[in-house]
Amino acid sequence: MIIKIKIKILILLAIFNFSIVNANNIQIDQSKIFKNIRCLICQGQSAADSNSEFAQTIKLVVRDQIKEGKTEKEIYNFLVEKYGEWIVYKPPLSKANFLLWILPYLFFLSGGFLIFLIIRKKKHN
Amino acid sequence: MQTKVIKLLIISIIIFIIGVFFMGLNKSSIYDTKSLEGQKITNIKLEHFSKKILLTEEYLKKKNFTLINFWASWCAPCRLEHPFLLKLNSETKLNILGVNFKDKKNNAINFLNSYGNPYDELVRDDLGKKSVNFGVYGIPESILVNKDLIIIKKFIGPLSNEDYKIIQKIIK
Repeated sequence: MIIKIKIKILILLAIFNFSIVNANNIQIDQSKIFKNIRCLICQGQSAADSNSEFAQTIKLVVRDQIKEGKTEKEIYNFLVEKYGEWIVYKPPLSKANFLLWILPYLFFLSGGFLIFLIIRKKKHN
Repeated sequence: MQTKVIKLLIISIIIFIIGVFFMGLNKSSIYDTKSLEGQKITNIKLEHFSKKILLTEEYLKKKNFTLINFWASWCAPCRLEHPFLLKLNSETKLNILGVNFKDKKNNAINFLNSYGNPYDELVRDDLGKKSVNFGVYGIPESILVNKDLIIIKKFIGPLSNEDYKIIQKIIK
């Protein structure tokens, strides 16, 4: 009897937890998108941070597109098509910006190599 | 040998950083959407200002060129460009489509009664959502499109006498 009740409680908790996770996902997606969209008429603010006319309109459009079932990538593609890559803080990898993506790794590797050479030189001395 | 490599690495990093700064600082940092010139406008569904109809791509195909002007009665720079729109209204090859942006209907009507109506057709965009489809991020903004719905020219900010001449030159 006690085991049955425990199982029921566990099932209930699982369902409750699942719906919370789902609700959070919807919420997170929306705010995540807003944070990645640049407010074009503000100084260094994202659409999430800004309450400007432009940010308000973009938020409405993004909400509409989420309701229509569009994916995050589709929403970004739509906005990039209309406003250029500047609208997103994290632009997708392309021919024009591949250096921007690769350079940090190159710097990291060359920095490591430089440190390695300096240490080796000091050891030799 | 190792000292040479280290020196070479440091020098190339310094040259690279100077190069990036040189290129970056010479590049204009003023954002605009003029890069959209040459793109095709799609998915046009605009609510008519007074009639219960939707204006679609078919309307833009009626004349060789259409100037889509985004304006509002609360927008002060819109008053500056209004005389140029009125002058453009006499051009036979050009349609002027006004998009009343986030405005109150009565205020828009009063504005047109006071300053004149240069628009062949007028549509509404109460929430500004439709304007996103045209890459609009502030008003006034005007987009000159051809019959194939290709953006020929984007005018960000109020139309000037120079812009008026450019439009005349394009449509002739």
